[in-house]
Amino acid sequence: MQAGMCPNPPHADEYAVRFDHRRGARVLVIPALFDEANKLRHFTVEMMRKLDAAGVDSMLPDLPGTNESLAPLTEQSLDSWRAAMTSAAQVFGATHCLTVRGGALCAPHSVPVLHYAPMAGAGLLRGMIRARVLADREAGHETSSEVLKAEGAQSGLQLAGYQLGADMFRQLSASTVTKSDIAQNELGGPGLWLRAEPDHDPAQAEKLAQLVVERLS
Amino acid sequence: MASNLPVPAEEAGDLPVETELALRQVLQDVLGLSEDRVSELDEDSGLFGDLPELDSMAVAGLLTELEDRLDILIEDDEVDGDMLGTFGGLLEFLVSKRSENVAQPEQDA
Repeated sequence: MQAGMCPNPPHADEYAVRFDHRRGARVLVIPALFDEANKLRHFTVEMMRKLDAAGVDSMLPDLPGTNESLAPLTEQSLDSWRAAMTSAAQVFGATHCLTVRGGALCAPHSVPVLHYAPMAGAGLLRGMIRARVLADREAGHETSSEVLKAEGAQSGLQLAGYQLGADMFRQLSASTVTKSDIAQNELGGPGLWLRAEPDHDPAQAEKLAQLVVERLS
Repeated sequence: MASNLPVPAEEAGDLPVETELALRQVLQDVLGLSEDRVSELDEDSGLFGDLPELDSMAVAGLLTELEDRLDILIEDDEVDGDMLGTFGGLLEFLVSKRSENVAQPEQDA
């Protein structure tokens, strides 16, 4: 595994995990979004390790404003993330892209894409807004999903510890489900994003890598 | 498995049994419990407030997954301590929610 920087002009470089031996098949991996990114990071990197063992290069860049990124998250949107991923695909010389969950919402159009268990932005927001309503209620503030949605679209909203700008919020709300190329039931276990505490399942990582290799074409 | 179902089985058909199975499965997936551990949960087993890993984010994920698997919609104001406090409370809520669906089937568009 190599760690390094991935240029994202005209913005600052972003951190990227790479397994790069200049081989023919090169997969840009777009991570799951927000809290699911944390829950699936171990799984995602282990899956890349399996791809490496199968002779496939891969790269996992940070989405600007997340993980190690110094870019302000409030200034990001699905458009800016798609631009960053398109640039990463070009810099890396990706032949394919694999998206994990909500990562499907910012896939580049420049290379063939495999979507693993994709989800719509509205579904992501629904879960995070519900968590916010529950947390607010525990803290003694009565809010509702409707009020929070209106606030998010107007001026942005802090959800699951992420300060989302209004553009990001509106684009997530409007995004639709992408067709699934690899469904969770093909991996032989429940999705790891369901876990209350981040967890890993080596068998699922192995299976996903195997399916990706089979479906690269 | 001992059963303390809130609706008489004859009236409700398989609904409570199916619902209980789905709830155990979702709890197993969310909490990462073994099948043995999850089969030990009974009516009085504490959930929200008793299990430290069930924070607001995890509860939100749990409810969303239950909505998907049971084809129900849970409103903000239906989520409270009674409903989330125990396994029995949550099961009772889910069964009554699904009974509403059966009583008032969604009309085809």
